[in-house]
Amino acid sequence: MRPDKFELVCPAGSLPALKMAIDNGADCVYMGFRDDTNARNFTGLNFAFDNAKEGVRYAHAKGKKVLLALNTYPQADGWQRWTKAIDNAAELGMDAVILADPGLMQYAAKTHPDLRLHLSVQGSATNYEAINFYHEMFGIQRAVVPRVLALAQVEQLMAGTQVEIELFGFGGLCVMVEGRCALSSYATGDSPNTRGVCSPPKAVRWQDTPKGLESRLNGILIDRYATGENAGYPTLCKGRFDVEGETYYAIEEPTSLNTLELLPELMRMGIAAIKIEGRQRSPAYVEQVTKVWRQAIDNCRRDAGAFAVKPAWMTELGKVSEGQQQTLGAYYRPWK
Amino acid sequence: MKLALGPVLYYWDRDTLLGFYEEIANAPVDIVYLGETVCSRRHLLRLQDYLDIAQRLAAAGKEVVISTQTLIESENDVKTLRKITGNESFRVEANDMGAVRLLANKMPFVAGSTLNIFNSQTLDLIAGLGAIRWVIPVEMSREALVSALSKRQSKPETEVFSYGRLPLAFSARCFTARHHNLQKDDCQFKCLDYADGLALKTREGQPFLTLNGIQTQSALVHNLIGELDTLQDAGVDVVRVSPQAHHTGEILRLFRESMEQRLTPAQALTQTEGLMPAASCNGYWHGKPGLDFIRNNP
Repeated sequence: MRPDKFELVCPAGSLPALKMAIDNGADCVYMGFRDDTNARNFTGLNFAFDNAKEGVRYAHAKGKKVLLALNTYPQADGWQRWTKAIDNAAELGMDAVILADPGLMQYAAKTHPDLRLHLSVQGSATNYEAINFYHEMFGIQRAVVPRVLALAQVEQLMAGTQVEIELFGFGGLCVMVEGRCALSSYATGDSPNTRGVCSPPKAVRWQDTPKGLESRLNGILIDRYATGENAGYPTLCKGRFDVEGETYYAIEEPTSLNTLELLPELMRMGIAAIKIEGRQRSPAYVEQVTKVWRQAIDNCRRDAGAFAVKPAWMTELGKVSEGQQQTLGAYYRPWK
Repeated sequence: MKLALGPVLYYWDRDTLLGFYEEIANAPVDIVYLGETVCSRRHLLRLQDYLDIAQRLAAAGKEVVISTQTLIESENDVKTLRKITGNESFRVEANDMGAVRLLANKMPFVAGSTLNIFNSQTLDLIAGLGAIRWVIPVEMSREALVSALSKRQSKPETEVFSYGRLPLAFSARCFTARHHNLQKDDCQFKCLDYADGLALKTREGQPFLTLNGIQTQSALVHNLIGELDTLQDAGVDVVRVSPQAHHTGEILRLFRESMEQRLTPAQALTQTEGLMPAASCNGYWHGKPGLDFIRNNP
């Protein structure tokens, strides 16, 4: 049985962002604690215990859910930090925790059997055998699938599992399988798996040079911008590099995922939830994106056959997209 | 410590690959990992061919392990995975949790590095399902490994990727096809042209990464031949050499001679440096950025 719900899951990097998401139509928000237990471990972002408590109270008072991302891999010397975070999640009444590490899932399932478990995208599960592994071992009830599958592949995957599937719908685009990318630690020492960061700000340097504005990550030249070119954050897979004498975005353009036009198909397939990326983004971003997606989902629900993406929605989303560009990513097979 | 040869990560033509394993049958290596782990479109050798090579290597006294594909995307990928995990002759290296599910409590297996085992709790759990060996994540430092090993209850062997360009990332997108403005489904098998991968440099010419189809590797060669004593002290049981287009047999010989202390770490390092497609790095082992190189003064 596929769920008849289609949840809109929105990012909450702070209490104001959480309130924006809830007030503008999110069914769920997801957040992290203020440390390396989550994959958006940035200064000034995320929730201390009391803040999280207020966030949960606010969301629950309006009948909405809060999910907690504990999706880095516990490092050998810090195991208690991760288990404490699980205990805190249970105490706070989180509606689910989003995990990647099997050892941590085992702890959660044993210690807090009523705590609902979601498999994080950082768990790299791209096939039903993997998803069923986490379901049978730890009782995970939902899996967030990496942004690497075509829609037909997602449908094949769903045929082989009872676990609910959540897909990324909008926001920053990882071109690599999440959980299996060590590019950031290769360049800087810190990665999503080990420290909850990718291309960390502390490694970034901007330099004005006669050749143009240069962005560097731990000294490595990621990109160089001519006058008038829009300079973007130097996420290392989105720089311009030289391959056989040709300089181009060799891995991926600075672009955002936007699957609005796929909504009728996603609903038909029985996707349980659509996730908006961007805990590191501002409350204004969260407000804008949540508003558009709420309208689109409601429209599609009323009449999927007549659903059409409104130009105004695309304009609004375009304003907050990385590099002002959007793509269907891997859901659209020729992108590969 | 034992010496292992990892699966060939590049796409070599059939004769080259068959010739390579003829040479390996006589090389001073204890364990050989075989199979296509990167891309399902690479078809010049089929599973049956690998099983035939495995027989030949086993007859030559090697422990043979069949490695599974790392990124399992389609139903066909799952079918191939089932054939590998269901083979009754050879041990399997599980590079995805899907493979672990198919092997758990049925057959002893090797837990591959992309399973992301970073702590003793997960290590014990996977060992309890039948892992007799685990390969540490490429990102894991010596210090983190020692910490994990000190807390574990189980005793699977520990293997470390010790030589070769580091497999750093996997994608749905094929970067080699992208470089040639081809779609992945019509890639014209361009990987055949790059026996050691396709070099990606920064705009100021610094070698940074290596494109290998859907896999992204380091440009530098991760080389722990000067660190064999620290590997041993950390509790490592197996060191892995990753194949390169040329000189793999010589690299294995140098590792063997170093392990038998017929070469000093400094001598071994100098001698490998003449045989490498790029300069050395070893930062991960030292808890630094992977591309760093820390010279171990004996």
